[in-house]
This record gives sequence, C-alpha cells and structure tokens, in this order.
Amino acid sequence: MSVDKDTVNKIARLSRIAISDAEADKMVGELNGILAWVEQLGEVDVTGVEPMTAVITNKLRLRDDAVTDGDVRDKVLANAPAKEGSFFGVPKVIE
Amino acid sequence: MTDFSRLGVAAIRDGVAKGDFKAVEVAEALNARVSAAKALNAFIVETPEKAIEAAQAVDADRAEGKTLGKMAGVPIGMKDLFCTEGVQTTAASHILEGFVPTYESTVSANLWKAGAGMLGKLNLDQFAMGSSNETSYFGNVISPWRRNDGSTAALAPGGSSGGSSSAIAARLCPAATGTDTGGSIRQPAAFVGISGIKPTYGRCSRWGVVAFASSLDQAGPMARDVRDCAIMLEAMAGFDPKDSTSLDLPVPAWEAALNSDLKGKRIGIPKEYRLDGIDEDIAKMWDNGIAWLKDAGAEIVDISLPHTQYALPAYYIIAPAEASSNLARYDGVRFGLRDLPEGAGLQDMYAATRAAGFGEEVRRRIMIGTYVLSAGFYDAYYTQAQKVRALIARDFENAWASCDLILAPTAPSAAFGLGEKNADPLSMYLNDVFAVPASLAGLPAMSVPGGLSKDGLPLGLQIIGKALDEQAVLNAGLAIEQRSGFTAEAGEWW
Repeated sequence: MSVDKDTVNKIARLSRIAISDAEADKMVGELNGILAWVEQLGEVDVTGVEPMTAVITNKLRLRDDAVTDGDVRDKVLANAPAKEGSFFGVPKVIE
Repeated sequence: MTDFSRLGVAAIRDGVAKGDFKAVEVAEALNARVSAAKALNAFIVETPEKAIEAAQAVDADRAEGKTLGKMAGVPIGMKDLFCTEGVQTTAASHILEGFVPTYESTVSANLWKAGAGMLGKLNLDQFAMGSSNETSYFGNVISPWRRNDGSTAALAPGGSSGGSSSAIAARLCPAATGTDTGGSIRQPAAFVGISGIKPTYGRCSRWGVVAFASSLDQAGPMARDVRDCAIMLEAMAGFDPKDSTSLDLPVPAWEAALNSDLKGKRIGIPKEYRLDGIDEDIAKMWDNGIAWLKDAGAEIVDISLPHTQYALPAYYIIAPAEASSNLARYDGVRFGLRDLPEGAGLQDMYAATRAAGFGEEVRRRIMIGTYVLSAGFYDAYYTQAQKVRALIARDFENAWASCDLILAPTAPSAAFGLGEKNADPLSMYLNDVFAVPASLAGLPAMSVPGGLSKDGLPLGLQIIGKALDEQAVLNAGLAIEQRSGFTAEAGEWW
C-alpha cells in the first residue's frame, strides 16, 4: 500500500494539522518510505494469534461510584489560552 | 572539602543521614554545576530554589531526629515529561510552552516524599519521540563525551531521555528520572556510560506523565551505578489507583537484596540479536559481558527469539497509533499554545495550532498513526502489529523455559554525531532495534556500561528479565559493573 498527495492531505485533515503544498509533497515520500518498511509485518504468520491487549495481565479495577475529585474549576482553567469568566474561550462555532 | 558532584545517590543519602555534610551543601554545589553547564543544554528550566527548599526540609527533619526518606538530601533532575506543580512542563514541545501544571505527577510526588529535591526540568526529544535529542523545541542536548581523536564534534546524548543522560554523565546531578517507550532510558544511558532501568510495565505510575504511547510508556531511574538505580526505583515505584494499568503490588526492597552472585542463574544469548554486519566493538563488548556473567557464576545458554526482526516495524505502527490518539488533546482550547489566524473558525484553529505547535517528527508520527488507524487500513496495519506484538511477547515466554535473564547490547553502535542520522527517519528508528522488543513485551530491562568503542565512547550492555523480576536484572547489572572496571568519564570541556 502506498499513499499519494491526496491521501496525505486527507490524513492531515483527519489529524487536524495544517500542511502546505510543499510539506505534503515531502510527506508523500517519507510516509511511503516508512509504510514500505512496516509492510514486512505482512510476512508473519499470525494464524490463530489474538492481538495483544495488555502486556502484563492485570484486571481492570472498578472504584466505588462516588465523587472523589473535582471542585477545581480554577485549576482546570488556569492554563487556558483564552477564557471568559468560568468558561474556555473558542472562536465562534455557529454562523 | 567534599566534591559533591562525585557522590552518587547512596553516598549523598548516607552522608546526610550520618551528618558528614548538610543536604543544603549538596544542593548548593549541584545548583552551581547545573548553572555553569549551559553549553550542554541539558535543562529546559533550572529550579535551584526547589533543590534548596527540599534540602532545608531534610536538614530540619534530621535535626529533629525524624526518620529520613530513601532519597533524603539527594538533588535530582526531572525529565520534562513529568508534570510538576507550579513549574513549567513542556515535553520539549512548543505546544506546551508556558504550561504550568496545577498538579504533580505521582512519580515525582513519590520522589519528593522520599526526600529528593529538584535541580530542574531536563530537556528531551519532543514528546519523547526521538533517539538523539534533536527533536526538542528547546534545542539539541549535547553529550559531554567527545571522540578520542581530538575532534570537538558534538555527539548525541541519546534519546529521548537525553537531558537526563547528559546531566548525569556530566555530574550535574547524581540521578534523574527517565521514561522509556522504546528504549528512551536504556539507549541514552548506553551512549553516555551510565546505568538506567526500565521496570516492568505498571511498576511506576503513568499519572501526570505526558503521554506518548500509553501501552509502552514506563518511567524509570537513570544514575551512575546499579545501586543508585535500585534506590531510586524503590522511591519511584508503587501502586497508584489513578493509573488503571498500575500494578497493585508491594515495592520490593531492591537495594537491600542486591547480590551479584549469579550461581544457578541461566543467561540467554539471543542469536537473532547478532545481526549481520554487527559493529565490531559491540560484538566484543557483548562477548566480554558473557565472560563477566560466567565469572559471576551464571550459566550461558543460546536462545532464539524468532520474531525479533519484526519488533521495530510493529513498534512503529503501535507507538504512532497510540500517539495520534493521545496527542489529540492538544487543541489550543484547554492548555498550551493557540494559533488563531485572522477570521479562522474552530477547525482552522485546531489545524493551525497543531501545525505551529508540534515539531516535524511529532507531526510525522501523528500522521502515520492516524493513517494506520483509519478506516480500511486498521486491520492491515494496527491489528496485524498487535498480533505480531503478541508473538514477540510469546518469544520471551518461550525463552524463559531455558533461561532466567537475557544479555544483549543496548544499541547497535556508540553515540553518533548530531545531524548524522536525522536526514532519514528510518535510519534513526533502527537505533532502537535491540531496545524495542522488551518494551513491546513490557519486561524489565536495564543498560549498564560495558566498555568503550575504538573512538573512546561508551557502549552499553542490556539485561532483560522476566516480568516483575527487576531484582535479577539489577543483580546481573551489578555483577557486570563489578567486573567491567568501567571508570571512564567525559572530560569537562563545557
């Protein structure tokens, strides 16, 4: 499998990363180089092998259904690049 | 007068406890060394006041006769991937420049509770993605080492924990935290002639550590000898309910149980690691390591890890896939950088912010990850990689039937020069060929100095152990340390 420039632009859109035309051109070669190299995984016989989900067997714990955290609004907002009162500020979403 | 830069973790801790010197004297001496070593660019932020404050608290506790912690009076460097309350935490990325956490990571909190102090936040590869420390937004870290041919070429300190390795080798701090996703503790340790251990996945909490690839990320200590690593790992490890993959197990007394007598231990030598065209210096060091472990009483056995060659390509699907998901949080809304072009809407702001904030390697990995997880490609890439990962873990399981530990080189070469390998991402990735399999299997693995290359640069030996058997790994590391006679250090040119 290999990617073309349209695919690179599509991946960039999905990744929410703006790229210039020149960057897209460069990325075509780089991504294809890496993808060609990982292709070798296709050689491995994985018949009957389950994909790994956890490296160390560990059961997922459930905690009590109780509030254990929170009430830290100002801390949550402390690093926001833009805020108004007790809200995060974003550009207008609805025209 | 004591040269505090020559003391390790154990020596500082014991000296402070006995009253040979005050913790504050150590902190002052190391603060001065950090501040005089700017040419190495090992630190992004220096926090001399934090080091002094912690030392004063330890001195006061001692004066009052209180019990001192495991790291009492020891100033350390903190990789800038650990969130530190009130101190900028960047992951060496522009997108987090100016981010000041309002909370403390569990691992760093454990260290402060044990009496350690913070000299500063250490530089690293951006989001821990790199093997040479050339992807940091805050500039390259320089290794204190130089080749023995009189050249002054700047060498890579390894990565991603390159600020940690450089600072320890330059004796700016006796120890530092590292994190290891695919070799980021072991490879930099090998490049500068120090020790470092990545414990079993789940030993150290990931809470408050900036995430790269969550199924692989594991914190660990880096220091100048094995005992110091054992002490610091004890202080860092432990169950944390805030990390769902944290292991709910007691922390063993690794330091107290250190024992370099390896009688009855079987050491596996994996034939697949003896690559065609293996570097001559590396091959020789590996043979020396085998001889040293034999001398310590161990039995050497040949083993096979048949899927070794597929570890790197599997890693370079799994790690970017997890990164693309983890790094989705950098949106220019909640924290970090925002780039809002004139008249831009929300989607344009996301794209502009992430283009401006992430470095080239980070963008490349996010895009690879996004691609391999995208509709139509998920099974061919991601599911296949996770199946291969299961086979790599099974290789190790099978090997444990005939051995207790595995000995291999840490990296395929000595440190390379800055700029030598960054033209082609693949040639940089290949540097992690020996380190990645243990990461994929979640196993404890350590690098200890094994000798010098012809160019006079350090080389590292890697010991891989069974899950949860850090003790055996540390013990074998100690056996090597006692026999290698490694005392070389970098000349102080900075």
